[in-house]
Amino acid sequence: MAEPYQVEVVAADRRVWEGRAVNVIVRTTEGDIGILPGHEPLLAALVPCAAEIVTAEGGREVIALDGGFVSVTPERVSLLAQYASLATEVKPDQAQRELDKLQVLMDSGDATDEEQHRYHLAVAQLAVLRRQGNEPH
Amino acid sequence: MPASLRELRQRRKSVQTTKKITRAMELIAASRIVKAQQAAAAAAPYSRELFRAVSAVATFSDVDHPLTNDVESPQRSAVLLITSDRGLAGAYSSSVIKAGEQLTARLHHEQGQEVLPYLAGRKAIGYYGFRKRQVAQQWDGFSDSPTYTQAREIADALIEAFLTPTEEGGVDEIHIVFTRFVSMMTQTPTVVRLLPLEVVEGTEPPAPGELLPEYEFEPDPETVLDRLLPLYVANRVHFALLQSAASELASRQRAMKSATDNAQTLIETLTRQENQARQAEITQEISEIVGGASALADSAPQA
Repeated sequence: MAEPYQVEVVAADRRVWEGRAVNVIVRTTEGDIGILPGHEPLLAALVPCAAEIVTAEGGREVIALDGGFVSVTPERVSLLAQYASLATEVKPDQAQRELDKLQVLMDSGDATDEEQHRYHLAVAQLAVLRRQGNEPH
Repeated sequence: MPASLRELRQRRKSVQTTKKITRAMELIAASRIVKAQQAAAAAAPYSRELFRAVSAVATFSDVDHPLTNDVESPQRSAVLLITSDRGLAGAYSSSVIKAGEQLTARLHHEQGQEVLPYLAGRKAIGYYGFRKRQVAQQWDGFSDSPTYTQAREIADALIEAFLTPTEEGGVDEIHIVFTRFVSMMTQTPTVVRLLPLEVVEGTEPPAPGELLPEYEFEPDPETVLDRLLPLYVANRVHFALLQSAASELASRQRAMKSATDNAQTLIETLTRQENQARQAEITQEISEIVGGASALADSAPQA
């Protein structure tokens, strides 16, 4: 198996996660993609999703992204999004409430840009929770 | 005749109270700078990654995007001033406003452009309001702890103005005036052109022999660029807001430190004058008693 590579997940105002990993699974505008060591350089736009990172130690990190980009170079993989949160930071009830509230606005079609971002983040956060296997009640 | 003892004492008390306030403000500003610097440091990785991504796209595709298009003879410009919400920060806000005025004068007189002001911070809003000038848009309430959400809001407004055709009231150029945090002692008002973007300028040329990675773009370079650039603009605004916040706090700390020092000097002077006045009163009383006694003694033998 090839060498693990460096991964960095950054949001606009902080670094969310950093470490070595052997596989990163994200959803681009074209579909899901898994990045194994030695992947060719890539710059792809993401849709709101739950990114899954398999760390070098075999652990699993799930991170909610509100869109953004994945950039792959031979040395490193970086995920950048305006807003991102770790699975451990997501509170199920809060995310669900936020989603319900924003859903109304989205449906009526007069959500601002900011509300759309929050909506996408909430969708991604709930996806993170489903991956972790504890759905909100 | 110096002021009376009571008056001097009153003045000293009042300066002492002022000193307590300025001292407290100095300490508060000092503790907040650390937070502001941490916020700036925390945002750095994102800026770096974003910049790399933009450079990568710019290097591998022909950058031809509305946000990077230079207009040959710009008709109208927007100027974003970033000032503080509160005063008591020395010349912090006024130097930004001054730099903004110079820029406006240059754009207006030398290039004959119309200038639309965008203001962040109550100080700039107050300055323009007092002079009854037209303002395109204004924001306030976050000058000492800006978040990305606010930066995004400002950036969206600016991008919208930039993408509107000039004939319909859009702008051709956008400049930001903010304060760069150089060190605790030095903060300099800085003017940068935000739009049109100069992406290629900052790209480091690859070292000879080094091969730049041949990126694959998904879905395609144009779409990636289209989504990257607005983020890049928001990031620049966020950067300017964070720098300004740190500068504001540093200016306030310095201003309050010198106010405290001045108050201390004033207290010392007043205490001296007060002692002098008290001593003068005592001396006068003694000489009156001595004078009275000797007058009595002089008159006694004749009785």
